[in-house]
Amino acid sequence: MAQKEFAGQMIEVNEEGYFTKPEQWNKDVAGAVAKEEGIELTDKHFAVLDYLRTRHFAGDALTIRSIGKSGIVDVKDFYALFPGAPLKKATKIAGIPKPTGCI
Amino acid sequence: MKNVVILGAGTAGTLMANKLRKKLPAKTWNITVVDQERAHYYQPGFLFVPFGIYSEQDVIKPKDNFFPKGVNVIYAKVDRIIPEENKVTLENSEKILDYDFLIIATGTRIAPEETPGLLGDLWRKEIFDFYTIEGAVALAKYLETWKGGKMVVNITELPYKCPVAPLEFIFLADAYFKKKGMRDKVEISLVTPLPGVFTKPIATKMLSKVVEEKNINVIPDYNVCEVDNVNKKIIDYAGTEVEFDVLVTIPTNKGDDMIERSGLGDDLNFVPTDKFTLQAVGHPNIFVIGDAANLPTSKAGSVAHFAAEVVVENLLCAIEGKPLEAKFDGHANCYIVTSYSKGTLIDFNYDTEPLPGVYPYPVVGPFGLLKDTRLNYFGKMFFKWMYWNLLLPGRSLPVTDHMSMMGKRYPKHHVN
Repeated sequence: MAQKEFAGQMIEVNEEGYFTKPEQWNKDVAGAVAKEEGIELTDKHFAVLDYLRTRHFAGDALTIRSIGKSGIVDVKDFYALFPGAPLKKATKIAGIPKPTGCI
Repeated sequence: MKNVVILGAGTAGTLMANKLRKKLPAKTWNITVVDQERAHYYQPGFLFVPFGIYSEQDVIKPKDNFFPKGVNVIYAKVDRIIPEENKVTLENSEKILDYDFLIIATGTRIAPEETPGLLGDLWRKEIFDFYTIEGAVALAKYLETWKGGKMVVNITELPYKCPVAPLEFIFLADAYFKKKGMRDKVEISLVTPLPGVFTKPIATKMLSKVVEEKNINVIPDYNVCEVDNVNKKIIDYAGTEVEFDVLVTIPTNKGDDMIERSGLGDDLNFVPTDKFTLQAVGHPNIFVIGDAANLPTSKAGSVAHFAAEVVVENLLCAIEGKPLEAKFDGHANCYIVTSYSKGTLIDFNYDTEPLPGVYPYPVVGPFGLLKDTRLNYFGKMFFKWMYWNLLLPGRSLPVTDHMSMMGKRYPKHHVN
C-alpha cells in the first residue's frame, strides 16, 4: 500500500491513486488531489463531493445517473465540473473508492 | 390454504414455480404465477438472430409448456404490489391476490426512451437493439442487404442484462461479415461506459486480446447523452461524437414499471434486495430473484438459476419461522462465443473475479475457463437444449449452485 503527500498530509492510496482510508480526507487534501487532476475546487464541487461521500458511507452504489438525479447537479454540469471521466475524477477527489460496474 | 404468488414467468419465475411445487404440499399451499405474456423466449438465443443463426421459431415456446401441474397461472398485467397488506392487484381485473409469501421475478426491460433521440426516425430502421425479439429480427433483415459502413455497438449505461452479450455480438458480427466476404467494408466499434471491454481485470485482458485480433475499435468511458438521427451520430456528455451507419444499442435497462407503482424500486426500478438472503429489503415475506433484484452481480439467467435454490431454502425456513440459513454468493456462469466455432467461459461470484483454468463438467467437460475453445462453443449451443429440458422445469444441472474454486487458478504475478 502506497502513501502520497497531499497538503502536507500522508495519505494511504492504492495503485490508481484512490484513497484506501476515506477518513483521511478533508477539504485541504481534496483541493490538493483536485489540483493534480487540473481542477480548482469551488463550492459547487464541494457540494458534489459531500454528496458522493454521504452516499458512499450509506453503502450506495454510485452511478452517473444517481448523481444526475441528486438535485445537486445534472449530468452535464457534473461533466463540466469534473471534465472527461467525471465519476472517476470526482470519487478520487472525494477520497472514496473508484466505483466499479458490477458485471 | 396459504398462498405463494410468483410475479413473472421468465427464467426465474418459471424455475421457482417448478421447484416450489415439489417442496410445498398442495393440500396446504396454493402457488399462483402471474405474467402478461404467453410466449416464453429463450433470451440467450436473441444474440444469434441478427446473424441468421437462429430464427424466431428457434427461441420461442408457449409458457404453458413449462408450468408443473397444480400451479395456477394468470395471464394478466400486474397493477401493483401492496406490501403493507400482502396483496397484489391486477390491471383490468377486480381480482386481488393475497399472499403469505411473494416472489418478484419481473426481470428487466430495455428503456430506450431514457436516451433522447434513440426512439427517433431511425429506430428499427438504422438503429436496432437485439435484447427484444422484434429488434433482433429487424436487425437480421437489415444486415441481410447491408452494404457495409460503420457499425457502432453502444452500451448506454450500467447495469444491463447479460454483460457479455455486446462482446459476443461484435465477435459474431466480425465472423458474419468475414463469411460474407465484406469484412473490409465494415468498421466495427464498441462504445462503452466501462473503462475497457469488461470490468474485471483478468477477463478484460483475455477479451481485449480477442477484440484486438478481430480489428474492432473500442471507445471506453463513453456515457451517451443523445442520438442525432439527422447526422447519424451519438454524442456523449463530454461532447464526443461518434458517427454510425448502423447503430446497435444496448439501451438503459430498467425493472418493471409495476415496481415503481408499488414503491418498491430504486431509481431504475430494481428492487433493493439483501444480497445474501434474497429478501426484499424491509419486506421479509418478499423474495426477489433474477434481473428484478438490484444485486451486485450479473443480470443473467445463470444467476437466477443459481439463486433459485437459495430462495427455495430460505422460503422454507421463513415458512417455519426459522432463521434464513442459505446465503447467495452471486454466482454467475457465462459462455462467451468468440466466433462461429469457438467460445470461452467465465465463472465468478460476488468476491471472485473470472479466473482462468478449467470448469469441471461430467462426461463432456471440463470446459476451459478464459480459453478460446471449440468445446465452449458447443457448450453454448447445447445449453439451449438444457434450458428448455432441464433448467426451466427445475431439474438439477450437473453444476454446483455455489461457485467452486476447483480447477481455477490466479495467473502468475497477479496482484489483486
